[in-house]
Amino acid sequence: MYTASDLRKGLKVIIDEEPYIVTAFEFSKPGKGQALYRTKLRNMITGLTIDRTYREGETFDPASLEERAMQFLYKEGDHYHFMDNQNFEQIIISEESLGDAKNFLIDNLNVEVLLFRDRAIGVELPNFVNLRVIKTETWVRGDTSKADFKPATLETGYVLRVPPFIEEGELITIDTRTGEFSKRVKE
Amino acid sequence: MAKNWPLARRKKALQQRARILQGIRQFFIEKGYLEVETPHRIPTPAPESHIDAIPSDTWFLHTSPELCMKRMMAAGYEKIFQICQCWRERERGSLHLPEFTLLEWYRAGGDYHSLMEECGGLIRFVGRTIGLGQKLIFRGHEIDLSEPWERISVKEAFRCYSKISVAKALEQNLFDEIMVQDVEPKLGVAKPTFIYDYPAMRGALARLKQEDQTVAERFELYIGGLELANGFSELVDSEEQRRRFQLENRNRQSIGKCTYSMPDKFLDELDSMPPSAGIALGVDRLVMVFLNAEAIDEVVAFTPEEL
Repeated sequence: MYTASDLRKGLKVIIDEEPYIVTAFEFSKPGKGQALYRTKLRNMITGLTIDRTYREGETFDPASLEERAMQFLYKEGDHYHFMDNQNFEQIIISEESLGDAKNFLIDNLNVEVLLFRDRAIGVELPNFVNLRVIKTETWVRGDTSKADFKPATLETGYVLRVPPFIEEGELITIDTRTGEFSKRVKE
Repeated sequence: MAKNWPLARRKKALQQRARILQGIRQFFIEKGYLEVETPHRIPTPAPESHIDAIPSDTWFLHTSPELCMKRMMAAGYEKIFQICQCWRERERGSLHLPEFTLLEWYRAGGDYHSLMEECGGLIRFVGRTIGLGQKLIFRGHEIDLSEPWERISVKEAFRCYSKISVAKALEQNLFDEIMVQDVEPKLGVAKPTFIYDYPAMRGALARLKQEDQTVAERFELYIGGLELANGFSELVDSEEQRRRFQLENRNRQSIGKCTYSMPDKFLDELDSMPPSAGIALGVDRLVMVFLNAEAIDEVVAFTPEEL
Protein backbone atom coordinates (compact mmCIF):
# COMPACT_ATOMS: atom_id res chain seq x y z
CA MET A 1 0.00 0.00 0.00
CA TYR A 2 1.28 3.46 -0.95
CA THR A 3 0.19 6.77 0.55
CA ALA A 4 0.06 10.10 -1.27
CA SER A 5 3.47 11.12 0.06
CA ASP A 6 5.02 8.13 -1.77
CA LEU A 7 3.85 9.52 -5.12
CA ARG A 8 6.69 10.30 -7.46
CA LYS A 9 7.45 10.08 -11.16
CA GLY A 10 7.50 6.45 -12.25
CA LEU A 11 5.39 5.00 -9.43
CA LYS A 12 2.82 2.44 -10.60
CA VAL A 13 -0.55 2.29 -8.91
CA ILE A 14 -3.97 0.73 -9.48
CA ILE A 15 -6.84 3.14 -10.12
CA ASP A 16 -10.28 1.72 -11.01
CA GLU A 17 -8.74 -1.74 -11.53
CA GLU A 18 -6.23 -0.52 -14.14
CA PRO A 19 -2.50 0.08 -13.84
CA TYR A 20 -1.33 3.69 -14.02
CA ILE A 21 2.13 5.20 -13.96
CA VAL A 22 2.83 8.66 -12.54
CA THR A 23 4.27 10.75 -15.38
CA ALA A 24 4.29 14.17 -13.73
CA PHE A 25 4.19 15.07 -10.12
CA GLU A 26 3.94 18.38 -8.29
CA PHE A 27 3.91 18.85 -4.55
CA SER A 28 1.79 21.87 -3.57
CA LYS A 29 1.08 23.39 -0.23
CA PRO A 30 -0.79 26.68 -0.35
CA GLY A 31 0.18 28.88 2.64
CA LYS A 32 -0.85 27.22 5.92
CA GLY A 33 -2.97 24.77 3.91
CA GLN A 34 -2.71 21.05 3.47
CA ALA A 35 -0.23 19.19 1.30
CA LEU A 36 -1.62 18.41 -2.14
CA TYR A 37 -0.08 15.99 -4.58
CA ARG A 38 -0.96 16.96 -8.12
CA THR A 39 -0.25 14.22 -10.60
CA LYS A 40 -0.53 13.27 -14.21
CA LEU A 41 -1.08 9.55 -14.53
CA ARG A 42 -0.80 7.50 -17.69
CA ASN A 43 -2.99 4.48 -18.07
CA MET A 44 -0.46 1.76 -18.86
CA ILE A 45 -2.89 -0.08 -21.11
CA THR A 46 -4.58 2.68 -23.11
CA GLY A 47 -1.77 5.25 -22.90
CA LEU A 48 -4.29 7.95 -21.95
CA THR A 49 -3.24 10.51 -19.36
CA ILE A 50 -5.43 11.81 -16.55
CA ASP A 51 -4.93 14.62 -14.00
CA ARG A 52 -5.59 13.82 -10.37
CA THR A 53 -4.98 15.71 -7.14
CA TYR A 54 -4.51 13.74 -3.94
CA ARG A 55 -4.36 14.77 -0.30
CA GLU A 56 -1.93 13.66 2.32
CA GLY A 57 -2.92 10.28 3.73
CA GLU A 58 -4.80 8.97 0.66
CA THR A 59 -3.79 5.42 -0.19
CA PHE A 60 -3.17 3.36 -3.33
CA ASP A 61 -2.57 -0.25 -4.19
CA PRO A 62 0.65 -0.81 -6.08
CA ALA A 63 0.19 -2.10 -9.64
CA SER A 64 1.99 -5.43 -9.49
CA LEU A 65 3.37 -6.19 -12.87
CA GLU A 66 5.18 -9.29 -14.05
CA GLU A 67 8.56 -8.59 -15.63
CA ARG A 68 10.08 -10.78 -18.35
CA ALA A 69 13.58 -10.36 -19.80
CA MET A 70 13.33 -9.64 -23.50
CA GLN A 71 15.37 -8.16 -26.29
CA PHE A 72 14.22 -5.33 -28.54
CA LEU A 73 14.39 -6.55 -32.16
CA TYR A 74 13.07 -3.83 -34.48
CA LYS A 75 10.44 -1.23 -35.08
CA GLU A 76 7.78 -1.40 -37.78
CA GLY A 77 5.53 1.68 -38.01
CA ASP A 78 4.33 2.18 -34.45
CA HIS A 79 4.78 -1.51 -33.61
CA TYR A 80 7.82 -2.48 -31.58
CA HIS A 81 8.92 -6.12 -31.76
CA PHE A 82 10.51 -7.89 -28.79
CA MET A 83 11.76 -11.44 -28.20
CA ASP A 84 11.46 -13.36 -24.95
CA ASN A 85 14.98 -14.41 -23.88
CA GLN A 86 13.66 -17.64 -22.32
CA ASN A 87 11.31 -19.16 -24.90
CA PHE A 88 12.25 -17.01 -27.95
CA GLU A 89 8.59 -16.05 -28.49
CA GLN A 90 8.05 -12.70 -30.18
CA ILE A 91 5.63 -10.07 -28.99
CA ILE A 92 4.55 -6.64 -30.22
CA ILE A 93 4.07 -3.53 -28.09
CA SER A 94 2.48 -0.36 -29.44
CA GLU A 95 4.30 2.98 -29.41
CA GLU A 96 1.50 4.37 -27.24
CA SER A 97 2.11 1.79 -24.50
CA LEU A 98 5.89 2.37 -24.62
CA GLY A 99 5.62 6.06 -23.73
CA ASP A 100 9.00 7.74 -23.26
CA ALA A 101 10.83 4.39 -23.42
CA LYS A 102 10.68 4.58 -27.22
CA ASN A 103 13.31 7.34 -27.08
CA PHE A 104 15.91 4.94 -25.75
CA LEU A 105 15.25 1.69 -27.65
CA ILE A 106 18.11 0.61 -29.86
CA ASP A 107 18.30 -2.77 -31.62
CA ASN A 108 19.30 -5.67 -29.37
CA LEU A 109 18.77 -3.71 -26.15
CA ASN A 110 17.87 -5.97 -23.24
CA VAL A 111 14.79 -4.76 -21.38
CA GLU A 112 12.23 -6.03 -18.93
CA VAL A 113 8.82 -6.27 -20.57
CA LEU A 114 5.98 -5.49 -18.18
CA LEU A 115 2.92 -7.69 -18.13
CA PHE A 116 -0.26 -6.77 -16.34
CA ARG A 117 -2.54 -9.79 -15.99
CA ASP A 118 -0.63 -11.53 -18.83
CA ARG A 119 -0.80 -8.60 -21.20
CA ALA A 120 2.38 -6.79 -22.39
CA ILE A 121 1.88 -3.17 -21.59
CA GLY A 122 5.30 -1.57 -21.55
CA VAL A 123 9.00 -1.97 -20.89
CA GLU A 124 11.40 -1.25 -18.08
CA LEU A 125 14.71 0.05 -19.40
CA PRO A 126 18.16 -0.24 -17.89
CA ASN A 127 18.84 2.94 -15.87
CA PHE A 128 21.55 3.94 -18.32
CA VAL A 129 21.75 3.44 -22.07
CA ASN A 130 24.36 4.55 -24.59
CA LEU A 131 23.11 6.35 -27.68
CA ARG A 132 24.87 8.13 -30.52
CA VAL A 133 24.49 11.86 -31.20
CA ILE A 134 23.53 12.29 -34.85
CA LYS A 135 23.04 16.05 -34.85
CA THR A 136 24.32 18.95 -32.74
CA GLU A 137 25.96 22.31 -33.28
CA THR A 138 29.73 22.54 -32.95
CA TRP A 139 31.09 24.45 -30.04
CA VAL A 140 33.83 27.03 -30.32
CA ARG A 141 36.24 26.30 -27.50
CA GLY A 142 36.59 29.22 -25.13
CA ASP A 143 33.32 30.79 -26.22
CA THR A 144 31.62 31.55 -22.92
CA SER A 145 28.86 33.69 -24.41
CA LYS A 146 26.82 30.58 -25.23
CA ALA A 147 24.51 28.84 -22.80
CA ASP A 148 25.63 25.97 -20.56
CA PHE A 149 23.73 23.50 -22.73
CA LYS A 150 22.89 22.95 -26.36
CA PRO A 151 20.34 20.65 -28.02
CA ALA A 152 21.42 17.34 -29.55
CA THR A 153 19.47 14.76 -31.55
CA LEU A 154 20.09 11.08 -30.90
CA GLU A 155 19.84 8.11 -33.27
CA THR A 156 16.33 7.36 -31.95
CA GLY A 157 15.19 10.87 -32.86
CA TYR A 158 15.14 11.94 -29.22
CA VAL A 159 16.31 15.51 -28.58
CA LEU A 160 17.95 16.45 -25.29
CA ARG A 161 20.27 19.05 -23.76
CA VAL A 162 23.97 18.22 -23.61
CA PRO A 163 27.05 20.11 -22.41
CA PRO A 164 28.65 22.19 -25.18
CA PHE A 165 31.74 19.96 -25.57
CA ILE A 166 29.73 17.03 -26.97
CA GLU A 167 30.20 16.59 -30.73
CA GLU A 168 28.29 14.96 -33.55
CA GLY A 169 28.94 11.21 -33.83
CA GLU A 170 29.85 10.81 -30.16
CA LEU A 171 28.37 8.13 -27.97
CA ILE A 172 26.78 9.41 -24.75
CA THR A 173 25.12 7.84 -21.73
CA ILE A 174 21.54 8.83 -20.94
CA ASP A 175 19.80 8.33 -17.62
CA THR A 176 16.53 6.78 -18.80
CA ARG A 177 14.77 7.67 -15.55
CA THR A 178 15.13 11.40 -16.18
CA GLY A 179 15.86 11.42 -19.92
CA GLU A 180 18.89 13.59 -19.21
CA PHE A 181 22.50 13.50 -20.33
CA SER A 182 24.67 11.59 -17.89
CA LYS A 183 28.18 11.31 -19.36
CA ARG A 184 30.25 11.01 -22.50
CA VAL A 185 31.37 7.46 -23.44
CA LYS A 186 35.07 7.04 -24.16
CA GLU A 187 35.41 4.79 -27.25
CA MET B 1 34.97 19.60 -16.45
CA ALA B 2 34.21 19.08 -12.76
CA LYS B 3 32.96 15.66 -11.77
CA ASN B 4 29.94 17.19 -10.03
CA TRP B 5 28.93 19.30 -13.02
CA PRO B 6 25.35 19.95 -11.84
CA LEU B 7 26.91 21.72 -8.84
CA ALA B 8 29.56 23.43 -10.96
CA ARG B 9 26.99 24.91 -13.30
CA ARG B 10 25.03 26.42 -10.40
CA LYS B 11 27.90 28.79 -9.64
CA LYS B 12 26.29 31.82 -11.30
CA ALA B 13 23.03 31.20 -9.46
CA LEU B 14 24.80 30.84 -6.12
CA GLN B 15 26.78 34.05 -6.71
CA GLN B 16 23.50 35.87 -7.37
CA ARG B 17 22.00 34.23 -4.29
CA ALA B 18 24.82 35.65 -2.16
CA ARG B 19 24.20 39.15 -3.57
CA ILE B 20 20.49 38.82 -2.82
CA LEU B 21 21.24 37.84 0.79
CA GLN B 22 23.58 40.83 1.13
CA GLY B 23 20.88 43.09 -0.34
CA ILE B 24 18.33 41.82 2.20
CA ARG B 25 20.71 42.50 5.10
CA GLN B 26 21.55 45.97 3.80
CA PHE B 27 17.85 46.87 3.52
CA PHE B 28 17.10 45.95 7.11
CA ILE B 29 20.27 47.47 8.56
CA GLU B 30 19.51 50.78 6.80
CA LYS B 31 15.98 50.67 8.24
CA GLY B 32 17.27 50.27 11.78
CA TYR B 33 16.39 46.57 12.25
CA LEU B 34 18.44 44.37 14.53
CA GLU B 35 19.65 41.09 13.05
CA VAL B 36 19.00 38.27 15.53
CA GLU B 37 19.70 34.55 15.75
CA THR B 38 17.46 32.17 17.68
CA PRO B 39 17.98 28.42 18.27
CA HIS B 40 17.13 26.09 15.40
CA ARG B 41 16.42 23.25 17.80
CA ILE B 42 13.46 23.91 20.09
CA PRO B 43 11.39 21.93 22.65
CA THR B 44 8.11 22.28 20.74
CA PRO B 45 6.91 23.91 17.52
CA ALA B 46 3.75 26.03 17.29
CA PRO B 47 0.86 23.57 16.81
CA GLU B 48 -0.51 24.18 13.32
CA SER B 49 -2.76 21.77 11.42
CA HIS B 50 -0.61 21.26 8.34
CA ILE B 51 2.95 22.04 9.41
CA ASP B 52 4.99 19.06 10.63
CA ALA B 53 8.27 19.45 12.48
CA ILE B 54 11.23 17.07 12.15
CA PRO B 55 12.08 15.53 15.54
CA SER B 56 15.59 16.01 16.86
CA ASP B 57 16.17 13.78 19.87
CA THR B 58 13.22 14.63 22.15
CA TRP B 59 13.02 18.17 20.72
CA PHE B 60 12.31 19.45 17.19
CA LEU B 61 14.03 21.39 14.44
CA HIS B 62 12.10 24.65 14.17
CA THR B 63 9.64 25.07 11.30
CA SER B 64 10.11 28.85 11.55
CA PRO B 65 11.75 31.13 14.12
CA GLU B 66 8.34 32.63 14.96
CA LEU B 67 7.98 31.66 18.63
CA CYS B 68 11.47 32.76 19.71
CA MET B 69 11.32 35.99 17.71
CA LYS B 70 7.98 36.89 19.27
CA ARG B 71 9.44 36.27 22.71
CA MET B 72 12.12 38.81 21.79
CA MET B 73 9.42 41.27 20.70
CA ALA B 74 7.68 40.73 24.03
CA ALA B 75 10.98 41.49 25.78
CA GLY B 76 11.29 44.90 24.10
CA TYR B 77 13.16 44.20 20.83
CA GLU B 78 10.97 46.29 18.53
CA LYS B 79 12.40 45.80 15.04
CA ILE B 80 14.13 42.50 14.39
CA PHE B 81 14.96 40.27 11.42
CA GLN B 82 16.48 36.85 10.97
CA ILE B 83 17.66 34.77 8.03
CA CYS B 84 17.87 31.09 8.94
CA GLN B 85 17.37 27.49 7.85
CA CYS B 86 14.02 25.91 8.75
CA TRP B 87 12.80 22.34 8.44
CA ARG B 88 9.39 20.91 7.54
CA GLU B 89 8.80 17.22 7.32
CA ARG B 90 7.88 15.59 3.99
CA GLU B 91 7.88 18.86 2.05
CA ARG B 92 9.64 18.14 -1.21
CA GLY B 93 8.75 19.20 -4.73
CA SER B 94 9.99 21.60 -7.36
CA LEU B 95 9.03 24.48 -5.03
CA HIS B 96 9.78 22.83 -1.67
CA LEU B 97 12.79 21.59 0.24
CA PRO B 98 12.50 19.96 3.66
CA GLU B 99 15.37 22.28 4.71
CA PHE B 100 14.96 25.77 3.33
CA THR B 101 15.97 29.35 4.08
CA LEU B 102 13.48 31.70 5.65
CA LEU B 103 13.68 35.45 6.18
CA GLU B 104 11.45 36.54 9.02
CA TRP B 105 10.96 40.04 10.36
CA TYR B 106 8.79 41.77 12.94
CA ARG B 107 8.08 45.37 13.78
CA ALA B 108 6.17 46.87 16.66
CA GLY B 109 3.37 49.27 15.81
CA GLY B 110 2.69 48.08 12.29
CA ASP B 111 -0.24 46.17 10.87
CA TYR B 112 -0.50 43.87 7.87
CA HIS B 113 -1.12 46.66 5.37
CA SER B 114 1.98 48.62 6.43
CA LEU B 115 3.89 45.34 6.24
CA MET B 116 2.80 44.84 2.61
CA GLU B 117 4.36 48.25 1.86
CA GLU B 118 7.60 47.29 3.53
CA CYS B 119 7.71 43.88 1.85
CA GLY B 120 7.33 45.54 -1.56
CA GLY B 121 10.05 48.01 -0.61
CA LEU B 122 12.42 45.18 0.31
CA ILE B 123 11.94 43.31 -2.96
CA ARG B 124 12.37 46.43 -5.08
CA PHE B 125 15.50 47.34 -3.09
CA VAL B 126 17.02 43.89 -3.53
CA GLY B 127 16.15 44.00 -7.23
CA ARG B 128 18.07 47.27 -7.58
CA THR B 129 21.10 45.96 -5.70
CA ILE B 130 21.44 43.10 -8.19
CA GLY B 131 21.06 45.50 -11.10
CA LEU B 132 17.51 44.65 -12.10
CA GLY B 133 15.27 47.29 -13.74
CA GLN B 134 11.54 47.83 -13.20
CA LYS B 135 10.66 44.54 -14.86
CA LEU B 136 11.46 40.91 -14.37
CA ILE B 137 10.71 37.81 -16.38
CA PHE B 138 9.50 34.82 -14.40
CA ARG B 139 7.72 31.69 -15.60
CA GLY B 140 7.06 33.34 -18.96
CA HIS B 141 5.42 36.42 -17.42
CA GLU B 142 6.80 39.94 -17.75
CA ILE B 143 6.20 41.32 -14.27
CA ASP B 144 6.22 45.05 -13.59
CA LEU B 145 7.75 45.83 -10.20
CA SER B 146 6.80 49.52 -10.12
CA GLU B 147 4.45 50.74 -7.40
CA PRO B 148 1.63 50.23 -6.56
CA TRP B 149 1.41 46.44 -6.40
CA GLU B 150 -1.89 44.67 -6.75
CA ARG B 151 -3.93 43.99 -3.59
CA ILE B 152 -6.89 41.63 -3.69
CA SER B 153 -8.84 40.02 -0.86
CA VAL B 154 -9.29 36.25 -0.77
CA LYS B 155 -13.02 36.81 -1.22
CA GLU B 156 -12.53 38.90 -4.39
CA ALA B 157 -9.93 36.48 -5.75
CA PHE B 158 -12.36 33.56 -5.46
CA ARG B 159 -15.06 35.70 -7.07
CA CYS B 160 -12.76 36.48 -10.02
CA TYR B 161 -10.94 33.20 -10.56
CA SER B 162 -12.97 30.38 -9.06
CA LYS B 163 -16.34 28.90 -10.02
CA ILE B 164 -17.49 28.94 -6.39
CA SER B 165 -17.30 31.49 -3.58
CA VAL B 166 -14.81 31.24 -0.75
CA ALA B 167 -17.66 30.40 1.64
CA LYS B 168 -18.78 27.49 -0.57
CA ALA B 169 -15.19 26.33 -0.98
CA LEU B 170 -14.72 26.18 2.79
CA GLU B 171 -18.08 24.46 3.24
CA GLN B 172 -17.16 21.78 0.68
CA ASN B 173 -13.63 21.47 2.07
CA LEU B 174 -12.12 22.44 -1.28
CA PHE B 175 -10.36 25.69 -0.32
CA ASP B 176 -6.81 24.40 -0.83
CA GLU B 177 -7.56 22.61 -4.10
CA ILE B 178 -9.21 25.69 -5.63
CA MET B 179 -6.45 27.91 -4.32
CA VAL B 180 -3.80 25.76 -6.01
CA GLN B 181 -5.60 25.00 -9.27
CA ASP B 182 -7.60 28.14 -10.03
CA VAL B 183 -6.45 31.07 -7.92
CA GLU B 184 -2.66 30.86 -7.46
CA PRO B 185 -1.83 30.71 -11.21
CA LYS B 186 -3.61 34.10 -11.66
CA LEU B 187 -1.78 35.92 -8.87
CA GLY B 188 1.18 38.21 -9.52
CA VAL B 189 1.35 37.71 -13.28
CA ALA B 190 1.31 41.36 -14.39
CA LYS B 191 2.41 42.90 -11.10
CA PRO B 192 3.26 41.26 -7.77
CA THR B 193 0.03 40.56 -5.88
CA PHE B 194 -0.81 40.68 -2.20
CA ILE B 195 -3.81 38.49 -1.44
CA TYR B 196 -5.24 39.28 2.00
CA ASP B 197 -7.95 38.62 4.58
CA TYR B 198 -7.73 34.84 4.83
CA PRO B 199 -10.48 32.75 6.45
CA ALA B 200 -9.99 32.94 10.24
CA MET B 201 -9.18 29.22 10.47
CA ARG B 202 -6.20 29.71 8.14
CA GLY B 203 -4.21 31.98 10.42
CA ALA B 204 -3.51 30.31 13.75
CA LEU B 205 -1.24 33.11 14.97
CA ALA B 206 -2.90 36.07 13.25
CA ARG B 207 -5.21 38.73 14.66
CA LEU B 208 -8.82 38.65 13.50
CA LYS B 209 -10.13 41.64 11.60
CA GLN B 210 -12.14 43.89 13.88
CA GLU B 211 -14.88 44.67 11.33
CA ASP B 212 -15.20 41.04 10.17
CA GLN B 213 -14.29 38.30 12.63
CA THR B 214 -14.58 35.60 9.93
CA VAL B 215 -11.24 36.65 8.49
CA ALA B 216 -7.72 37.04 9.85
CA GLU B 217 -5.47 40.01 9.05
CA ARG B 218 -3.16 37.83 7.07
CA PHE B 219 -1.70 38.13 3.56
CA GLU B 220 0.45 36.25 1.12
CA LEU B 221 2.65 37.71 -1.60
CA TYR B 222 2.63 36.06 -5.05
CA ILE B 223 4.90 36.75 -7.99
CA GLY B 224 4.23 34.86 -11.22
CA GLY B 225 1.86 32.51 -9.40
CA LEU B 226 4.53 31.58 -6.86
CA GLU B 227 3.82 32.12 -3.17
CA LEU B 228 6.71 34.04 -1.66
CA ALA B 229 5.74 35.40 1.74
CA ASN B 230 3.14 35.11 4.46
CA GLY B 231 2.54 38.00 6.85
CA PHE B 232 0.04 39.12 9.41
CA SER B 233 -0.99 41.44 12.19
CA GLU B 234 0.10 39.43 15.19
CA LEU B 235 -2.28 37.98 17.72
CA VAL B 236 -1.00 39.19 21.12
CA ASP B 237 -3.74 37.75 23.35
CA SER B 238 -2.28 34.72 25.09
CA GLU B 239 -5.60 33.15 26.13
CA GLU B 240 -6.94 33.39 22.60
CA GLN B 241 -3.63 32.03 21.29
CA ARG B 242 -3.80 29.04 23.64
CA ARG B 243 -7.34 28.24 22.47
CA ARG B 244 -6.22 28.45 18.83
CA PHE B 245 -3.29 26.09 19.47
CA GLN B 246 -5.63 23.63 21.21
CA LEU B 247 -7.98 23.80 18.22
CA GLU B 248 -5.07 23.22 15.83
CA ASN B 249 -4.00 20.21 17.89
CA ARG B 250 -7.52 18.79 17.74
CA ASN B 251 -7.45 19.24 13.94
CA ARG B 252 -4.11 17.45 13.84
CA GLN B 253 -5.52 14.60 15.86
CA SER B 254 -8.58 14.28 13.60
CA ILE B 255 -6.39 13.87 10.50
CA GLY B 256 -4.16 11.32 12.21
CA LYS B 257 -1.18 13.57 12.96
CA CYS B 258 0.75 13.82 16.23
CA THR B 259 -0.09 16.69 18.56
CA TYR B 260 2.50 19.11 19.97
CA SER B 261 2.79 20.27 23.56
CA MET B 262 1.89 23.86 24.38
CA PRO B 263 4.76 26.33 24.00
CA ASP B 264 4.14 27.59 27.54
CA LYS B 265 6.97 30.12 27.86
CA PHE B 266 5.89 31.75 24.61
CA LEU B 267 2.26 31.85 25.79
CA ASP B 268 3.24 33.24 29.20
CA GLU B 269 5.14 36.13 27.63
CA LEU B 270 2.86 36.87 24.65
CA ASP B 271 0.71 39.42 26.53
CA SER B 272 3.76 41.70 26.86
CA MET B 273 4.18 41.81 23.09
CA PRO B 274 3.17 45.20 21.64
CA PRO B 275 0.75 45.27 18.67
CA SER B 276 3.02 44.15 15.85
CA ALA B 277 3.17 42.76 12.36
CA GLY B 278 5.44 39.97 11.23
CA ILE B 279 6.24 38.15 8.03
CA ALA B 280 8.13 35.14 6.74
CA LEU B 281 9.57 35.16 3.22
CA GLY B 282 11.04 32.14 1.44
CA VAL B 283 14.54 33.22 0.44
CA ASP B 284 15.09 30.30 -1.96
CA ARG B 285 11.91 31.24 -3.79
CA LEU B 286 12.89 34.92 -3.94
CA VAL B 287 16.13 33.82 -5.61
CA MET B 288 14.08 31.67 -8.02
CA VAL B 289 12.01 34.71 -9.00
CA PHE B 290 15.04 36.94 -9.59
CA LEU B 291 16.85 34.22 -11.56
CA ASN B 292 13.79 32.95 -13.44
CA ALA B 293 14.47 29.45 -12.11
CA GLU B 294 11.96 26.66 -12.70
CA ALA B 295 12.87 24.58 -9.68
CA ILE B 296 14.12 25.33 -6.19
CA ASP B 297 16.93 22.82 -6.86
CA GLU B 298 18.59 25.36 -9.17
CA VAL B 299 19.18 27.94 -6.42
CA VAL B 300 20.72 25.86 -3.61
CA ALA B 301 24.14 24.23 -3.46
CA PHE B 302 22.78 20.83 -2.46
CA THR B 303 19.34 19.23 -2.44
CA PRO B 304 18.77 16.40 0.08
CA GLU B 305 19.01 13.87 -2.77
CA GLU B 306 22.48 15.14 -3.67
CA LEU B 307 23.94 14.65 -0.20
